[in-house]
Amino acid sequence: MKTKKVVMDGEGIDRSLTRIAYEILEENKGGRDLVIVGIREGGVFLAKRLREKISSIEGVDIPLGIIDITLYRDDIFASNKKPILGKTDIPFSLDHTKVVLVDDVLFTGRTIRAAMDALIDFGRPTLIQLAVLIDRGHRELPIRADFVGKNLPSALWEEVSVHIGATLTDTDEVVIEEG
Amino acid sequence: MKLSKKDVLGMRDLSREEINLILDTAESFLEVSTRTIKKVPTLRGKTIINFFIEASTRTRTSFEIAGKRLSADTVNITATSSSMVKGETLTDTAKTLEAMNPDIIVIRHSAVGAPHMIARLIKQSIINAGDGAHEHPTQALLDMLTIRNEKGKIAGLKVAIVGDIAHSRVARSNIFGLTLMGAQVTVCGPAMMMPRYIEKMGVSVTYNMEEAIKDADIIMMLRIQLERQNENLFPSDREYAQYYCLTHRNIQRAKADVLVMHPGPINRGVEIAPDIADGVQSFILKQVTNGVAVRMALLYLLAGGE
Repeated sequence: MKTKKVVMDGEGIDRSLTRIAYEILEENKGGRDLVIVGIREGGVFLAKRLREKISSIEGVDIPLGIIDITLYRDDIFASNKKPILGKTDIPFSLDHTKVVLVDDVLFTGRTIRAAMDALIDFGRPTLIQLAVLIDRGHRELPIRADFVGKNLPSALWEEVSVHIGATLTDTDEVVIEEG
Repeated sequence: MKLSKKDVLGMRDLSREEINLILDTAESFLEVSTRTIKKVPTLRGKTIINFFIEASTRTRTSFEIAGKRLSADTVNITATSSSMVKGETLTDTAKTLEAMNPDIIVIRHSAVGAPHMIARLIKQSIINAGDGAHEHPTQALLDMLTIRNEKGKIAGLKVAIVGDIAHSRVARSNIFGLTLMGAQVTVCGPAMMMPRYIEKMGVSVTYNMEEAIKDADIIMMLRIQLERQNENLFPSDREYAQYYCLTHRNIQRAKADVLVMHPGPINRGVEIAPDIADGVQSFILKQVTNGVAVRMALLYLLAGGE
C-alpha cells in the first residue's frame, strides 16, 4: 500500500511564497536588476507566483524567464528514454542581472547544476540565487538553496511532489509518498 | 519517449506519434538558434558523419550546423573528396566509416535505396538526406514544422504541390507525411512529370495550376530541374512558366492567408515569380531556419539510444 501524507496545504504554500518574496527583496536590497527564472516543469508556476508577489510588493515589473534543463542533463544518455524537450523562454539578456532560480523540490542538486550551466549561456549574471519550496536533502553536489519554503527530511525511497497552479487554489498541496 | 527506430530513412516508416514527437522536439530546438551562444552541450563526444555523394548546400550545411549546435563533432565527406573516386564501392566506404565508430551517419545519394542498404549493413544510426527521386524525410519534416507553426495544425489543410512530381523526393516524402497527418493534398504538374497511379498515395491529381491552388492553405512549389530539359520532359522553361509559374495573378485563387513554400534552390521566373518568392506570403527562408531545428531534433532523438 502506498501511503500518502500531505505536508503542506495551499495556504501554507502561499504563506511560504510570501515570506520568500520578502526575503529575496531583503537579501538583494530591493528589486533592482532582479529577474526570476523558473525551472521546467515544477518551477514554472512557483516562479510566476513569486514574481507576482515581488512585483506587487516593489511596485515594479520583475522579468520572468523559463528554462528547460534537458539539454544540459548529465544523465541524458543513461537510459533508453529521453525526456521530452520543453521550451526555454528567456526573452532578455542575463548580463548584470541578479537571477533568482526557482524550483519546486531541491533533491540531489543535479538539476540546479544543469540549470546554472544553461543560465550562463544566456549571459553573465552578477549573481545567481536559488529559491525552492521544499528542500528534501540527499545532495550529491555542493549546492544549497538561498531561500527555502520548508525543509523536509525524507528517505530516498520516498517521493515528494508539489501540486500547484498559476494561482492559489484548494487543490494546491505538497505530498510525500512512499514509492 | 523516444524514436523506436535506429534510422530515419523515410516518411513512409514514421507513425503519427513519431512525427509529432519530432515536430514537438524541433519546436523546442528553434529557440537555441536564437541565442547569443547558439550551442548546447547535449551531444558532447558524439560524432556525426555527413556523407554526401550528391551535390547539396542547404541540407549539408543545415545538418552540419545542427550537429555543431548540439556540440557533436561533425565530419563532412563528399563524393569527390572520398576514396570513391579511386573506385571504392559504396559498401566498402560505409564499412570503413563504421569502423571509425561514429554515432550517426547522414547520407545523401543519387541512387534510390542507398541509405537503406547502408542502414542494413552497419550498426550506426542512418539519416536519409535524400536518395534519388525517392525520399527526403528531413525536408518533409521541416515543411510540416513550418506549416504547423504558421497554421497551428496540419489536419484538414488544403495543400497543393506543384511541379515535377515524378522526379521529386520532396513531393514524395511530403505526400507520405501530410496525408498521414490528415492534410488534403493535391498534386499538379505537366503530364510528363506526373507519375502514373500517384492517386494511390491518397492525393488528388490535376494538370491545371489554377485548379490545384484554388482555396489552398499551402502552395508548395517544386524546383523545376532545368538539367532535365534534355530528357524532353518539357519544351522550354518559358513554356513551363506560362502554365505552372506561381504569380501574383494565379495566387489570388488560393486563400488570402496562403503559405507559399519551396524547398530551394529556386528558379526565379520559372516555377515562381520573384515578387512571390520575396513576398509576404513566402515562407521559403523560414523553411531553412526550421530545417536546422528539425535536424537538431532528429540528431538528439537518435543519438545514444542503444
